Amino acid sequence: MPKVNSRLTMLEKVPTGINGLDEITGGGLPAGRPTLVCGAAGCGKSLFALEFLIRGATKHDQPGVLMTFEESVDDIRKNVASLGFDIDALIAQKRLIIDFVRIERGEIEEQGEYDLEGLFIRLAHSIALVGAKRVVLDTIEALFAGLSNQAILRSELRRLFGWLKQRGMTTIITGERAGDQLTRQGLEEFISDCVILLDHRVIGQISTRRLRVVKYRGSTHGTNEYPFLIDESGISILPVTSSGLEYEVSAERVSTGVGGLDEMLGGLGYYRGSTVLLSGTAGTGKTSMAAHLAQATCARGERCLFFSFEESASQILRNMRTIGIDLQPFVRKELLRIHSARPTVYGLEMHLARMHKLIGQFRPTVVIVDPVSNLRSAGTNEETATLFVRLVDFLRRNGILGFLVSLTSWAGTSETTGDSISSMVDTWLLLRDIELSGERNKVLYVRKSRGMNHSNQVREFHITSKGVKLVEAYLGPGGVLTGAARLAQETREVAEAERLKQEMERRELALTHRRKAMEAQIEALRAAFDAEAEELRRTAANGRDRLGQLEIDREAMARSRRVTERSKKNNHR
Amino acid sequence: MPEFEELLQEAAHRVQYVLRLYVTGATDRSTRAITNTRWICEHYLKGRYDLRVVDIYQQPLLAKTYQIIAAPTLVKSEPLPPKRLVGDFSDRERLVAGLGIPREREDGRRNT
Repeated sequence: MPKVNSRLTMLEKVPTGINGLDEITGGGLPAGRPTLVCGAAGCGKSLFALEFLIRGATKHDQPGVLMTFEESVDDIRKNVASLGFDIDALIAQKRLIIDFVRIERGEIEEQGEYDLEGLFIRLAHSIALVGAKRVVLDTIEALFAGLSNQAILRSELRRLFGWLKQRGMTTIITGERAGDQLTRQGLEEFISDCVILLDHRVIGQISTRRLRVVKYRGSTHGTNEYPFLIDESGISILPVTSSGLEYEVSAERVSTGVGGLDEMLGGLGYYRGSTVLLSGTAGTGKTSMAAHLAQATCARGERCLFFSFEESASQILRNMRTIGIDLQPFVRKELLRIHSARPTVYGLEMHLARMHKLIGQFRPTVVIVDPVSNLRSAGTNEETATLFVRLVDFLRRNGILGFLVSLTSWAGTSETTGDSISSMVDTWLLLRDIELSGERNKVLYVRKSRGMNHSNQVREFHITSKGVKLVEAYLGPGGVLTGAARLAQETREVAEAERLKQEMERRELALTHRRKAMEAQIEALRAAFDAEAEELRRTAANGRDRLGQLEIDREAMARSRRVTERSKKNNHR
Repeated sequence: MPEFEELLQEAAHRVQYVLRLYVTGATDRSTRAITNTRWICEHYLKGRYDLRVVDIYQQPLLAKTYQIIAAPTLVKSEPLPPKRLVGDFSDRERLVAGLGIPREREDGRRNT
């Protein structure tokens, strides 16, 4: 039955376990197929190949065979010990086997027909011994130094790669770059599936390692040059130019650490996971602002990573203590980590790589870079711009609030220098010096802040012994009033208030007087009324007395009349 | 012939050859290599050689131990210097030269 679907099936991939490589290649190297890793001497290809085996053995349960043509087992052990790989343990556990193929130049004399069956047998033996799924040949080009019959070598190599494919071995073959060719011996002609080129460049005395997937048949892959670094945990590749505008955004807000500033940003502060650019001229309190954010973050129990390119950690801690921000306890509690480095110690890529790594390890929710602008000295403008983009992209994808401090120059260009990155950021704060009436005052304003109702005010702020304090801004006829002008305005307002207060008091007093007068009047009226009432009462009483008297008189009169009538009667009898 | 040279030649004729021939099974090429090597040994080194044929299919570990890459490989460990030859050795004259055997046959006749 014909296999109709075989062309449509996706190329199976094997994750290498090397940091970042699997992201670039969309899953790893082609499974069961050879991949060519090439580059000039010292580009890290042997290490790359070896890490592929070690990660396979430790992370993916895929034991591996290393056939090395240049370095003895001892050399390899020493080389990788500094990278934290213990190959002896892997060898003892039968997860890794190293076969050193020693070929001395000119030691072998060729007489007639031969093949490379010896290599095949050795490989087969090693593969069987550990049940290998991965094979590295580093670098098979050494064969060309030991043997001269090109025809035999080439056909045997072709047979070897076919043989490895047949056995389903995911293989890395290293090759040394020479001139325009990818490899000295044209190994690329044998390997059609995947070719990775490593490069080690020095620009402006700063070296950067880069990786590029030259070819990956049947698979999409990033075609850019990706920087990578080799450090104590092996190779890390930065898939930083990745497509992504697809990241989750948070509606949660976090405090800026500066009271008044939260109010300016809709009352709630920054969005979690957003990117904040703080630009300002020298000495406008950028680091202090950053320290406030660090403090607020750590106080919530979250981790904050502070990259400083100007000051050492102890310098920052000391300086911030003088403005009342004590970060030391957070450092002790492992909530705050300060990393200081001169911008010029590494190339930009290395800086970014290091940031990636540290962020990956520390898992902070807030990352402060103070200042990003200093990184310009480690690369060209264009490079720095792409670095910013990639850094911001990386932070966003990981939901980390990025606080980027940018130092701008004096000459009134404070709003343009952030251009390379301003379109990327969500919130852009500007710190400025305003020179007026012989003094310099610091002001802050929100240049932009996406997705929130932010203040349009220019606010003056002071750096006090208790941190940054925002003060009310005064708008005068000539613009914003700061410093002495603001003080004068404030005094005027205080006087006005005092005047109003006095006026009020005076009015109140007048009212009191009037009330008193009114009350007195009422009192007088009431007194008059009372007197009248009394008079009336008295008159009434007199009247009643008189009436009573009249009654008495009348009775007396009547009595006396009756007495006379009776005596009159008695006289008649 | 001066005495010294005579002695030298005699010594050369008494030197022991230690040879290992690594082959891969019974292929034509292996067979040819074995036949040719044996022929040289019998004709040039009779009685003073130690030739062992190793099938690395059977003993793959030996291929690793003795750094065998190609097959067939003939390793001469004695006399010094050690030497490695690869191929089927169809050109027997070249093999004689390759092994550093003096170009005199046992019977003293010059090899032509």
